[in-house]
Amino acid sequence: MTTTAATAVEKHKKPWTKARVIDLLIDILCIVVVGVASLTCILPFIHILAKSLSDNAYVVANKVILLPLSDTGINLEAYNKVFHDPSIMQSLWVTVLVTVVFTAIGMFLTVCAAYALTRPEFHGRKVMTFMIMFTMYFTAGTIPDYLLMNQLHMLDTIWCLILPLCFAPYNLLIMKNNFQGSIPESLIESARLDGASHFTILGKIVVPLSKPIMATIALFYAVGRWNAYSDALYYIKQNVALRPLQLKLYYLIVAASESFQTEGVATVSMTNPEVLKAACIIFAAVPIICVYPFIQKYFVQGTMVGAVKG
Amino acid sequence: MAKQKSTAVQPSANTLKKKGPMYYLKRDWQLYALMLLPMLFIIVFKYLAYTGLSVAFLDYKIGKGYAGSKFVGLEIFKKVFKHRDFTKAVVNTLLLNVLDLLFSFPMPIILALLLNEIRVKWFKRVTQTLLYLPHFLSWVVIGATAYAMFATNTGVVNTLIANAGHSPIPFLQEDAWWLFSYVLIGIWQTMGWGTIIYLAAITNVNAELYEAAKVDGANRWQQCLHVTLPCIRSTIVVMLIMQLGKLMGGSFERIVALSNAKATEFTTTIPVLVYKWFQGNKFSESTALGLFQSVIGVILVILSDKIAKKLGEDGLL
Repeated sequence: MTTTAATAVEKHKKPWTKARVIDLLIDILCIVVVGVASLTCILPFIHILAKSLSDNAYVVANKVILLPLSDTGINLEAYNKVFHDPSIMQSLWVTVLVTVVFTAIGMFLTVCAAYALTRPEFHGRKVMTFMIMFTMYFTAGTIPDYLLMNQLHMLDTIWCLILPLCFAPYNLLIMKNNFQGSIPESLIESARLDGASHFTILGKIVVPLSKPIMATIALFYAVGRWNAYSDALYYIKQNVALRPLQLKLYYLIVAASESFQTEGVATVSMTNPEVLKAACIIFAAVPIICVYPFIQKYFVQGTMVGAVKG
Repeated sequence: MAKQKSTAVQPSANTLKKKGPMYYLKRDWQLYALMLLPMLFIIVFKYLAYTGLSVAFLDYKIGKGYAGSKFVGLEIFKKVFKHRDFTKAVVNTLLLNVLDLLFSFPMPIILALLLNEIRVKWFKRVTQTLLYLPHFLSWVVIGATAYAMFATNTGVVNTLIANAGHSPIPFLQEDAWWLFSYVLIGIWQTMGWGTIIYLAAITNVNAELYEAAKVDGANRWQQCLHVTLPCIRSTIVVMLIMQLGKLMGGSFERIVALSNAKATEFTTTIPVLVYKWFQGNKFSESTALGLFQSVIGVILVILSDKIAKKLGEDGLL
């Protein structure tokens, strides 16, 4: 401690040249601007979290800013209600199920296609790549998609939330570019000469060597499915039990066309809707907030390689 | 098809290596097997959906199906183009996207340049994690949070404004302010995620250039301006052109999550109108509008690809 202080003092003895002053000002500017920007990303959620843990009276009086205000320290009643609301729990279950199946199918299809389409000896790969990429730039539109779901009798079933979107050309593009960039062609060729089948090469060489990009694409698929609600808005009409969490949240908060089911039950103290809403927002956002920082290293790498060339 | 034609034109050149599709199918059957399911998904869920575009040329009623609906040619399009909401939707779509382009586009570049200058490792790591957060949140969560922040009576920002002795600002409940908030939230949502690509470009800058600049007496500000920026110029151009290709697109989820009954002037965009007409069972009009948007979108993408290639960049396609 004392030695670092001493060196700090010694550093200060260096003359304050113009260059050093500019250097220091730039340091301060960077830290302040980046610091403020990143605070704007987290403070709204700290506010919501504080609200969700506060007593009604303080929330109604607009007293809660960044710290929860409650006579009992923190108030978990709103979360208690959310967890006892059968329709919200049903939505959570639907969302988890759909996200898991969606990501699994999506990953399988993307890995298979990305490997096949990067094999130079594969005849027809250019045509197939074009066919797939064309759908990325020219979409049929929501109504034709809806009519297709109608014809396939998938409306109001769980499949309309899984199948239409679970093979994403954009993710395929990123994975393809990564396979091309990160797996040496000679490795695959020598395995072929040794008589390995493409399935073995894919399972034993390509997939184990591509963990970063696999994690990245899995995250993209899972987050995309977890967050989307417009497809459910079109496809899930009658079968209310299949509403994913984000759609449920949309009806509860944004459209405010539905109320919390537990509110109907005779409870002694009514929870203020603002507090319940806050608890719901946290509820819908926390799973992702808990996951993405751990995959950050991978998705930064993964998107860097993939995004460079389309 | 194409192969047969080429054999007809120059039979001599192809006799050496010409092998039928069955040969390749047999040799690389494993690769074709791997492509089977992905192609099935694409054909069923994308190409079959294209057949639904025919609805734009029919007087379609959902009960009658394709066969029972009358072919009306371009009548539906004429009707759509004449509709009073159509012009409004196109203008709003362009307006919101142009504002996004003007204000959301430069922010990641600035942030990436600043992040690059930060030398405190832990600070850089933590701020980056925080900056990526909004990208991972759904528009419903962002919309609900926006109301908790900006609502006129209950929003925390307005509480703070009121505590400071000013009158509250209707951030989301008055048209002009809504536009402001919409753009602001867009900047906030994209600024962190957008830095990834620019930071990648910055790490690729040749270190010798900085050494040379230092020898010439350039300070960090000048290095940033005369070394880093010119070196990431091509990335910036490519990103800008990609944005141009999206000018006619629209985020349905973003607008719906942020809209309310009080500020409706700018919320009627093409995807919102498609949904509105869908709810009114106007399938043909809705499809025609979507098709119009898709076609303009493809034209914009092709144009921006052409521009990129003219400028000597790689292009997108």
